[in-house]
Amino acid sequence: MAMRGGHPGADGMDRDGTGANGPLRETATTKSLLSGAEGPVVQFENVGMRYGLGPEVLSDVSFRIQPHSFQFLTGPSGAGKTTLLRLILLSVRPTRGLVSVFGNEVSGISSASLTGLRRRMGVVFQDFRLLDHLTTYENVALPLRVQGRAETSYRAEVVELLRWVGLGERMHVLPPLLSGGEKQRAAIARALIARPDLLLADEPTGNVDPSLGRRLLRLFLELNKLGTSVIIATHDFGIMDSVDARRMVIGDGRLRIEG
Amino acid sequence: MDTTRERSQAARTAPDRAAVDPALPPTLRRNAPLVPTDSAASRSLAAVIAILTFLAGLCAGAAEIVASSAGQWQGTVAQEVTIQVRPAPGRDLDADIARADAIAKAEPGIAATRVFSKAEAERLLEPWLGSGLDLSDLPVPRLITLKLGDQSPDLKHLRAGLAEAMPGVASLDDHALWLQRLSTAANTFVGIGVGIVALVLVATGLAVAFATRGAMAGNREVVEVLHFVGADDDFIARAFQRRFFGLGLRGGIIGSAAALAAFALAGLLARTWRSGPAGDEVEALFGAFHIGWRGYASVMAIGVIASLVTAVISRLTVRRFLA
Repeated sequence: MAMRGGHPGADGMDRDGTGANGPLRETATTKSLLSGAEGPVVQFENVGMRYGLGPEVLSDVSFRIQPHSFQFLTGPSGAGKTTLLRLILLSVRPTRGLVSVFGNEVSGISSASLTGLRRRMGVVFQDFRLLDHLTTYENVALPLRVQGRAETSYRAEVVELLRWVGLGERMHVLPPLLSGGEKQRAAIARALIARPDLLLADEPTGNVDPSLGRRLLRLFLELNKLGTSVIIATHDFGIMDSVDARRMVIGDGRLRIEG
Repeated sequence: MDTTRERSQAARTAPDRAAVDPALPPTLRRNAPLVPTDSAASRSLAAVIAILTFLAGLCAGAAEIVASSAGQWQGTVAQEVTIQVRPAPGRDLDADIARADAIAKAEPGIAATRVFSKAEAERLLEPWLGSGLDLSDLPVPRLITLKLGDQSPDLKHLRAGLAEAMPGVASLDDHALWLQRLSTAANTFVGIGVGIVALVLVATGLAVAFATRGAMAGNREVVEVLHFVGADDDFIARAFQRRFFGLGLRGGIIGSAAALAAFALAGLLARTWRSGPAGDEVEALFGAFHIGWRGYASVMAIGVIASLVTAVISRLTVRRFLA
């Protein structure tokens, strides 16, 4: 990931997020750079999901997320976007069907394997899920800290990323004192810091102004170019229209692929 | 993807890190505990552990005082045996006493003998009969105390010699029955003390298990986020264990210190009272009211054990909770 030698935005984008090369219209890497050489990052086959005895939230969902691909996940509120992300994140198990992540079928997966898979994913929650008793710096560093790394070994990269997302002056602040946009950026930084192979973002631009939204999208695209598969759940057609990427549309519990 | 990772790792060389290593704000907190520590529940648990440790420390110290006092009494009593010479019709009591004294002195291992005079023997009865009575008509037995030397005497041989020389008149009392009773009483007290300490530690463990479950429920979101960012169950259990070990250590230190202070204060008061009217009784019962290095070590060990119990129980509880 370019963040090691300078974050994506450092060489491809100015600080206000508009870019020096005119309006943002990107073509995402929609197919694997090594098509055929690698299996899908995520594979769903006829997956159904219901909570308790309620109706099925998702029905017969089948799709593949190829390595290095970029896609949006969209649909009306309550359609099941967050549930789909939770299934990929392995925080819930499907009622039926087959879910495979990084080539591992997850129905009987061990706790150790589950941890290994989650370390290859970055996630941005809609409600941020920052830990209120930790500073912004500590929150962003969390994925590296749980890997057992010494604080001195990741300090520079955490600070660099925090500065890039505009939180350089807020790294000592506790999340309750951050604005919604700042929390959003901290959550995104936390998802990116461990250079995930798969990034899941649930409404990542929902609480930021359009300028910062474009800048964050640019960051996701840069990340995707460097090999990370990206799934962004969003309602924002402006964001989706600015990128030529596959769209996964959920409606009435069923998934439709566009593009 | 592995290639990407390797490339990233390679790019992150030490000189690069040094080049971008920023000057962080001096007040920046960078490694706070992952589980929130400073909550009302945490302070309550530390207080509970402190109180339980204090009580366990008092029990252990009291048991130690009893054990050491009993040991001293036994040591003192075991250094002496007594010959009792009873008056009998037609016998010269003084001659019998002299003969018994001679037999005792002839026994190897007897360092010294002391014959209690008639007046001294009668004075021994004063606590029961009162003073100022004329006891000359009563057949008051006479006593000879024998101080044992370094080499233990053959008391069986001495007893047989006395019985043979003065059958039914002279008998040897080696205080074995009294010593046995004292030893049983002391061991019972020490056993009760150890039992109470064990119960207190079990209570500590249960309190910690209960508090850990509460902490897990209260920090459900923290646990969830830790899982999502790639923490395994063992890492989370360690985080909780560190937090509870810290609480246990704090409670254990406070409780142990309070127990040690209580014994130091009791010793001080005992020394002050020794000059008063009740001083003799207090000293007779508890000695110098000093728990000694073994007592201090026991009390401190209880503090440490309480902390370790806290750490182990919290870890096991978290592992079970997560499983």
